Amino acid sequence: MALPKIVKIEGQGIYVPGNDIDTDRIIPARFMKCVTFDGLGEYLFHDIRYDEHGNQKEHALNDPKFAKASIMLSDMNFGCGSSREHAPQSLYRAGFRAIIAGNFAEIFFGNATNLGIPCVSMAEPERNVLAQFIEDSPNGSLVVDVDELKVRAEGLELPVDMRPGARDSLMNGRWDPLDELLQAKLEIENISKSLPYV
Amino acid sequence: MKKRNLFEKVWDAHSVGELSNGQTQLFVGRHLIHEVTSPQAFGMLRERNLPVLYPERTFATVDHIVPTNELNEPYSDPLADAMIKELRKNCEDFGVTFFDVNTGKQGIVHVVGPEQGLTQPGMTIACGDSHTSTHGAFGAIAFGVGTSQVRDLLATQTLALGKLKVRRIEVNGDLGSGVYAKDVILHVIKILGVNGGTGYAYEYGGSVFDEFSMEERMTACNMSIEGGARVGYVNPDEKTFEYLRGRNYSPDENSWDDAVSAWLSFSSDEGCEYDDLVSIDAADIVPTVTWGINPAQAIGIDEVIPDPQRAPEGEAASISEAIEYMQLVPGAPIKGTPIDVAFIGSCTNGRLSDLEEVASRIGGHTVREGVKAIVVPGSQVVSKLAQEKGLDRVFVEAGFEWRAAGCSMCLAMNPDKLIGDQLCASSSNRNFKGRQGSPTGRTMLMSPMMVAAAAVTGKVADTREVFS
Repeated sequence: MALPKIVKIEGQGIYVPGNDIDTDRIIPARFMKCVTFDGLGEYLFHDIRYDEHGNQKEHALNDPKFAKASIMLSDMNFGCGSSREHAPQSLYRAGFRAIIAGNFAEIFFGNATNLGIPCVSMAEPERNVLAQFIEDSPNGSLVVDVDELKVRAEGLELPVDMRPGARDSLMNGRWDPLDELLQAKLEIENISKSLPYV
Repeated sequence: MKKRNLFEKVWDAHSVGELSNGQTQLFVGRHLIHEVTSPQAFGMLRERNLPVLYPERTFATVDHIVPTNELNEPYSDPLADAMIKELRKNCEDFGVTFFDVNTGKQGIVHVVGPEQGLTQPGMTIACGDSHTSTHGAFGAIAFGVGTSQVRDLLATQTLALGKLKVRRIEVNGDLGSGVYAKDVILHVIKILGVNGGTGYAYEYGGSVFDEFSMEERMTACNMSIEGGARVGYVNPDEKTFEYLRGRNYSPDENSWDDAVSAWLSFSSDEGCEYDDLVSIDAADIVPTVTWGINPAQAIGIDEVIPDPQRAPEGEAASISEAIEYMQLVPGAPIKGTPIDVAFIGSCTNGRLSDLEEVASRIGGHTVREGVKAIVVPGSQVVSKLAQEKGLDRVFVEAGFEWRAAGCSMCLAMNPDKLIGDQLCASSSNRNFKGRQGSPTGRTMLMSPMMVAAAAVTGKVADTREVFS
């Protein structure tokens, strides 16, 4: 199953500020009572976007200016907490194709990469510049360049970082590892037999 | 031969090979699943017409959505009912052992694995749940994964993973009275931060961990992920082996000695290297309570709520956000903060020794009027053993509700939820915004004894004073 090579993501940005944005906040647990991932996009950041009566609160994701955003900017330790893949699934289904943050929690990073969502790290001074750009030019186009590890916007070129393994997987269309894992049948069987336990 | 730590030995023994992107294809010997993060994975297998490669290496239980006050199906929540039935069907279709609610073995996956003897030293263990680090208490390398990785495990018993660095955290000295494993791990997270462990496995050691029971080690390893560390473990010792002896899935007496020597061979070599070392004095650890919205936002019971105006630059905004959400006053003592709900349970602190400790001290006290207090055993086995010892009666006489096993109010995917902005003294592991089921609900994490102290006084209190 050939996967697309993910080298450059282009789209509008949105800034969701804050450190330690956990996966419970990205998708509250009660919306995980489901047996498929369909429809999760609707509940993205639900409890900080809506009050208890379902009315919209002030939040960038409720702002029509950012309705077409597909690249999210946030701060440190994005996606901490629960291992729920529902979090990146919800982001993907809400239209997000790349995340820029200070850094990422381990499990979230892996889950997002496996879905083909590049997660790039950006230092604070550059995040401030980018946040200002998004605020000033909500319709401005951003490019997340996975190959050259840059984020570009009109008049801006900001450095980002990404783990080499993840970057390689995305750029070569191997971000979903299942096909490659399936190839090692014999080696898997050998390891299974070599272990002192079943 | 190069001296290696346990993480490196287990990693090497389970490495299938290197993948094209430089990651390791790692064999996972034990795979645990539950109803929330597995259905989509089975769906993906069906879509690709793939079988489960080693069904005997996967075990299932149901924990997140099970009601704790309603035993019969269909459950009144149709979504929860659909999820348990989906898991039952998936296990039947693919030949996976399911510790269903009628087996007497159901419970929180991280309580069930160890008590069934499924969790053993030197294993790799994965589950679609971040608290899988719990199983590291036995000297296993255990970690949480996402649903696509659950699919990878079902189809190939392997994962694509980058190798972690190892940080050894030593806690030496004597813990004071009223200071528990929960306080130790909250203290570790407070010192190293919620993302201090990103990219690391934590190896816990030192005299405090040597003296800990297996259940105390599980409490500490459980919360490794709250410090950003996907893996946390303790080297196996006699206590590990004693715990495992005679359990359902432990090696039998004929192969016991061989198993123990294999297990011991995985221990970190004397003089091996670590990527980092942290040393903590047990005397610095006091009964600890979280005041904020992540588990590192914690203070000792005698301390005051931080003041954002006096905070280091860069932390003020996070502190303000947390204080506002928690409705606290900067500079005020945390002791005396009124609570509405008390919850004893979860994969962190829902084991028999947690319930025994509270039950042995709560006699003569009653839950304060206006406080809702619930005890949720971590598993049906814990529940049965506790009832045989009469602990359920002790709790009920003190004014607690005694419930059936499950995750319950740790993440409130079942009917046990906070209402509005209720404040919960909780023995669970996460104090995130809205974590306990109400978008404005507030959580303070603490040891089960501190929850009991809060329950009987109606406010955050010092267990050492309440139960002196």
